[in-house]
Formats: sequence, C-alpha cells, structure tokens
Amino acid sequence: MGLGFALGIYLPIAEISVNVFVLFFMGAAVGFLSGMFGVGGGFLITPLLIFYNIPPAVAVATGANQVIASSFSGALTHFKRGTLDVKLGSLLVVGGIAGAAVGIYVFVLLRELGQLDLIVSLLYVIFLSTVGGLMLYESLQAMRRTRAGQLSNLKKPGQHNWVHRLPFKMRFRASKIYVSIIPVLVLGGAIGFLSSIMGVGGGFIMVPAMIYLLKVPTNVVIGTSLYQIVFVTAFTTVMQATTNQSVDIVLAMLLMTGGVIGAQYGARVGQKLRGEQLRALLAMLVLAVGLRLAIELFVTPDDLYSITVALATRAP
Amino acid sequence: MKTAVAALILIIALAAAEQARAQQLPGNRETVEIGLSTDTIAITSGFRGTDLTVFGALDNADPLIQRQGRYDIVVVLEGPERDFVVRRKDRFFGIWVNAESVSFQHIPASYSLASTRNLQDMTTPKIFSQLSLGVNNIYYEPMPDGFGSSESLKEFTKELPRLKLKQHLYNQRPGDVQFLSSTLFRATLSLPANVPVGKHIARAYLFRNGEFLRENATSLNIVKAGLEFRIYRAANQYSLLYGLFAVFLAVVTGWMGRLVFRKD
Repeated sequence: MGLGFALGIYLPIAEISVNVFVLFFMGAAVGFLSGMFGVGGGFLITPLLIFYNIPPAVAVATGANQVIASSFSGALTHFKRGTLDVKLGSLLVVGGIAGAAVGIYVFVLLRELGQLDLIVSLLYVIFLSTVGGLMLYESLQAMRRTRAGQLSNLKKPGQHNWVHRLPFKMRFRASKIYVSIIPVLVLGGAIGFLSSIMGVGGGFIMVPAMIYLLKVPTNVVIGTSLYQIVFVTAFTTVMQATTNQSVDIVLAMLLMTGGVIGAQYGARVGQKLRGEQLRALLAMLVLAVGLRLAIELFVTPDDLYSITVALATRAP
Repeated sequence: MKTAVAALILIIALAAAEQARAQQLPGNRETVEIGLSTDTIAITSGFRGTDLTVFGALDNADPLIQRQGRYDIVVVLEGPERDFVVRRKDRFFGIWVNAESVSFQHIPASYSLASTRNLQDMTTPKIFSQLSLGVNNIYYEPMPDGFGSSESLKEFTKELPRLKLKQHLYNQRPGDVQFLSSTLFRATLSLPANVPVGKHIARAYLFRNGEFLRENATSLNIVKAGLEFRIYRAANQYSLLYGLFAVFLAVVTGWMGRLVFRKD
C-alpha cells in the first residue's frame, strides 16, 4: 500500500484479517461517489467487499447496515427542508418491510442450498450492467446534445399511464399525486426484497420508478426514497443479525466512517464539475464492477469441491 | 497481535490405579500417559496458527523392545464434532454452479496427528480403520438422506478429508512424536490459524510390534479471547440486541457526519 505500516484488524463476523486503510478508503471512495452523484453506494460497496474476500453473506448484511448511515443524514436534511413525503414514504416502508421479510427468507433458503453466492453475483451482474448501460447511454446522449448546442432537458412527466387506472387510490398531499396504493406497495416490496438479498438501499431503482411510474415530483423523490431506505435497511440489518448473524459491526463502522467523510467532499466536488462526463465515468465504473463479477462466474474455479458447516448446527 | 499459546507441559505422574490395572494383564504392562499443563487455551484474534507440544510418558516398557524402536506412539488432537456439507460445482450454460452435495454428520472440525513413524510402517490398515485413526480412517458418517447415490457418497467421502487437509484443519505429522528418554516422549501437533473453538480431545495410542496396546485421552478447551471474539459471541447470543445496536451505530454515524460537516 505504499504506507510505511499496514494496520491489520480482524473482522469478528467475516472472520478474516483485513487492512484498516483499505476498508476506510473503500468506504471513502464509495462515499465520495455517492456524495457526488447522490446515490447510496450500496450497489458498489457489496461487490467491492466480495472482491476483497469478505464472504458474500457478510458483505450483503453489512452493506445494508452501512447504507443506513448515509441515508439517515440525507433523509434528515430533506425532512428539515420539507422535501419528504412522509405519507408516501411510510406506505413504501410498509411494502419494503414485507419485501425484506420475504427476501430474508429466500436468503436463508439459498444459503442452505449453497446457492447464495451465485444468486448474489448474478443479481449484481444483471443490475449493474443494466443501470451502468442506461447511465452510459443517457450521459452520452446528453453530451451529444450539449455539443449540438441544445439544452439538456428532463422529460416532462407525460400523460397518465396504466398505473393511474389501478384501484384503491390515495391522495398524497406533499407529492401532489392521487395514485393507487398497489404500485406503491409493490415498488416498496421489490426494493425491500433487493435490499435484503443484495445489501443495497435501492435508490438507483426507486428514484426512476417514482418519477416515471408514480409521477412523483422530482423535488420530493430523493427525500422520500431516502426515508424509505433508512427504515427498510434498518429492518434488514436487524433481520440479518437475528437470522444469519452476518452483520459485522467492525466492518460496518470502518465503511461508514470513510463513507460519511467521503460523501461530504464528493458533494462539494459534484457541484463544481460537469455532470455528463461524471455520469459517464460512474457508468463505466459500474459496468466494470459488473463485468468483473460476470467473469468470475465463467472462470473455472481452482477447486470444484467446497466444504461448509451445515447451517442447522451453527457453533454456539 | 501475537498470540500466546501456552506450551503444554507434561504430567509424568503415573496413577497408581492405572499401574495396578496394567499389572493384571501379564506381558502387556505398558501404559501410555499424556498430560496437558492447562485444560484451556485462549487464542486471540491475530492468531496465525502454532505448534502445540504435548508431553507424555510410556511406562513399564520392555527395554529390549524400546531399544529396537518397536514401540510406536500416535498422538491426535481432535476438534469438536460438526456437521458439514461437501458440494461440487458443475457447469450450467457456462456458469459454475454448486450442483451435487453430500451432508456428513459428527465430523471432527479439526484433526491434528503426530506419530513416531509413517502410519503405514507401524501396523496394518485394518487396525487403523478399527481405531478410526488417521485422516483416511476417520469414519465420515453421511447424514441419512444426505446423499444421492452410493457412487456420489464414495466420491464425496474422498473429497472431505482432502478439503480439510487443504484448509490445514486436518494435518498429519509423521516423525513428530519423539522419545526424549526411554520413557518420556514429546508430540508436536499443528494448531491451524482457523482452529475451531470448543472442546478438543487429545488421545495417545500405543503400539508394540505393530500391535495396538492401549490409548489414553485428555481434553482441552480452546476458547477465543479479545474484543473481536466478544463481538462474535454477542452477535450469536444476543443477535436482536446486536442488530439494534448496529442500526443505532449507523444512525449515530450518519448524524455525526452531518454535525461535523454542516454546511454554512
């Protein structure tokens, strides 16, 4: 690492020795990116931890724990500014907790079947390549528009779509929308499910879904999404701790400390730099992480056989 | 971060009762004893593995046989029993997926062996398998319903000790039981870095001219010490509180970040 000393620390749950600085900088780098782009960063932290040989079960559970810190401070800011729809957020939380509960059940099942690592990697490959690809496309389009001298403009919230024809409508005053609770609960549930299986907050899916499906005004989207993420990742953390004992608080503390500091600087830098190029860079980073995970699925492992403790008889 | 594993020292003390019992078997009076200076070893989190020295005594040995080196001793430290699943990856659409698996029960989580000579030079394979002595002779008991076919059972039963040897959890050190005098011997066992915590059993087996005479056992508790292990225990024993605490820490960290870096 070029440093004169390397400070090793033993992670009690992951049960491996790691370098404090590597993890701190990992947290800071992802925090920097998340501050710059306003994303939670969970979708980068978990794969990075897996590359650093943290067992995937621990990486996922600790990833969820780590997301709480950055989302909480963000949600608090939006709450004070009044850019947070508590009613809509709470309904998303209800769906999210149900989804996370199902997710934890599936997580345990996959672990018993020995397929957890594979499914986590597959989900990441799918989501990272989709999100990275879309971001890259969108930023390249924006760059081309800028070069052509046009002003880049967000798509106007269009006509009412099929979502608005669903029954059980409810009025959300802060968001100024009148929408069925079904898509809200389903969206919350899907995010909760992903949160528990992938260890992410899910903002990268939640924000576009709220804008394009529910037609929530952009100013309350981020705050409301963060509000939901705080509660759902908190629920996921507690569930992971009680069912899988896979939350590593030492690891989480290192990542969170780095993350909180990195996010502050990231936010400052993000305000000064050109958006499109940065988004293109982040998109390429996301694609690279996804590609790396994908390659590992295809490379012949050193040893085809593996041995694990049968889960029913965990050590006391 | 260095770990101290107490060197385990001898008890040469020969129990009078043991002697009396041995005397009832004419021509077969040898006894073997091993002793540990402590019944508990605490290892800290930076533990990188170490050698464990066990001293023992061979008493009432026939001097002639002893001089000819025809006494053999095997010392084994066996870890707590656990259930294990062995899995094999197969290729599906180019992706490596855990496919077939076999579950085993009551398998020692670790197994360290030291012996005076190579096991095959000491006595017949039959005796070793009767004693379940040696990595290849441990009885790897499959769970009922834990396997598909008898071929796969055979295949996975062979893989289990190989994987354990690869993880250094099983290890055998022929030649690492040495006589220091005509009665006193020293066995050097490997405790791997990932040694499981719990109750370990140390056993000494005595052979004369390839014939098994007797064994002697003592137990050893391996515990982990230090803050990291206390965290581990909290996560397992008070998992709800632990989870709530993890959430609390995250909330406080997020909130602190806001306080420290509050924008003007």
